[in-house]
Amino acid sequence: MKVARVIPCLDVADGRVVKGTNFVDLRDAGDPVELAARYDLEGADELIFLDITASSDNRATTIEMVHRVAAQVYIPFTVGGGIRTLEDARRMLRAGADKVSVNTAAVQRPGLITEIVAEFGSQCLVCAIDARRRRSDLDVKGATPGVPTDGWEVYLHGGRTPTGINAVHWATEAVRLGAGELLLTSMDRDGTREGFDLDLLRSIADVVNVPLIASGGVGTLGHLADGVVEGGADAVLAASIFHFGEHTVAEAKNVMGAAGITVRPAAV
Amino acid sequence: MTAVSPPGVVRPLIAVLDYGIGNVHSAQKALERGGADAQLTADPEVIGDADGVVLPGVGAFGACMDALRSSGLEQPALDAVSSGRPFLGICVGMQMLFDRSEENPGARGLGVIPGTIRWIPTEPPAGLKIPQMQWNRLDVVTADPLFVGLGEEPWLYFVHSLHGVPNDPAVVVATTEYGSTLNAAFRVDNVFAAQFHPEKSSTTGLALLSNFVEVCARSASTSAVPDNEVSA
Repeated sequence: MKVARVIPCLDVADGRVVKGTNFVDLRDAGDPVELAARYDLEGADELIFLDITASSDNRATTIEMVHRVAAQVYIPFTVGGGIRTLEDARRMLRAGADKVSVNTAAVQRPGLITEIVAEFGSQCLVCAIDARRRRSDLDVKGATPGVPTDGWEVYLHGGRTPTGINAVHWATEAVRLGAGELLLTSMDRDGTREGFDLDLLRSIADVVNVPLIASGGVGTLGHLADGVVEGGADAVLAASIFHFGEHTVAEAKNVMGAAGITVRPAAV
Repeated sequence: MTAVSPPGVVRPLIAVLDYGIGNVHSAQKALERGGADAQLTADPEVIGDADGVVLPGVGAFGACMDALRSSGLEQPALDAVSSGRPFLGICVGMQMLFDRSEENPGARGLGVIPGTIRWIPTEPPAGLKIPQMQWNRLDVVTADPLFVGLGEEPWLYFVHSLHGVPNDPAVVVATTEYGSTLNAAFRVDNVFAAQFHPEKSSTTGLALLSNFVEVCARSASTSAVPDNEVSA
């Protein structure tokens, strides 16, 4: 039985949650532990903490945060953002993260995936891919020579830097290197609330055999169901629809369940 | 050996075997929340004194067995099992209790549960990935003290590509459906072994670990009686 997971994503900087602080009844809406516990109660299946700390000097606070979350939150959680070396991954995992996600550094040096997997296993390595649909005008100006202009291109640095790499190819390569899971974000849809890029999801879901997490563009709970039913995703990630109190994870699961998707019911 | 704190409340000492593999803090913290004095340890004396022992594990079967042996913990683990004290194996820690695994055919397991760890049958129906990395419903086959209060079909978190196939099917106490019926939990005397991660399964998993702590406390108070008689 396939059971789709619902994964809220929390942005953190210097050990504090910096977005999505609209829960009126929290004592400290920036406290990652309190927010994580809240999402656990609502029935979140996992959590992802995305570290947007600008300076690597402040990583120590992130590691301290991971310690605190691991000591008090008993659902799986992933830490991503700024994992550039095996040592970065090791520190997060030893602090209590269940998985780390790698993005830019893995594209620049794919051996990073192999190294982390060799020490900790595939199950703790999520490869995050930010992809943007190629437009035909790129063919005329600015396209990487020799790279086809259809499909999707991998972008780095939060969607700012094109790579010329085909996203479907990179996804299959990351899995071949040992990635245990893919987190796929459509940069075209991110922030638009128009729904996932279902064609992108399907293109990758059809060619990889590891779990696929859909991200980017969720505006309604129906979009979450679409990602699983039409996109073929195994899990759906969302940030703003949960953080700003528009919907609870439990509501998301009700809508997904009504669409015929098996989900773990919320605990309460 | 039990710690008494706060007054009147007995907190059983539970040794969580620490042999240098991944994340073991969650299991320790979850057991403490369940009322135990849980210690991450590689010290055979602590393990010998403990009221209960937990063998966690993550990664590959062979690598975990190698790490357990090079930490000098194979014999203390086997001694704990044969002492009759409550013993809990989690995930690869569960798999290590078997004889062998198809994941690393050359590696020898602890041999506590006769049988083999086998790959989850391939050619699953469309949409099912290997590993199973998700929450799934447990079908309880045989009532067990660790299942008390969990409800009829509790949800637990799984991450695995292989599952245990014991020689004696009667030791399977719970299964789960993933393409086919997979064995999810086992009971052999004082040993309980779980393929899923109770320490990552929210309130349901915490309840199971609390049950384990309670079993440890009961076992400690029973075995403590002769000691008290001797000292009295």
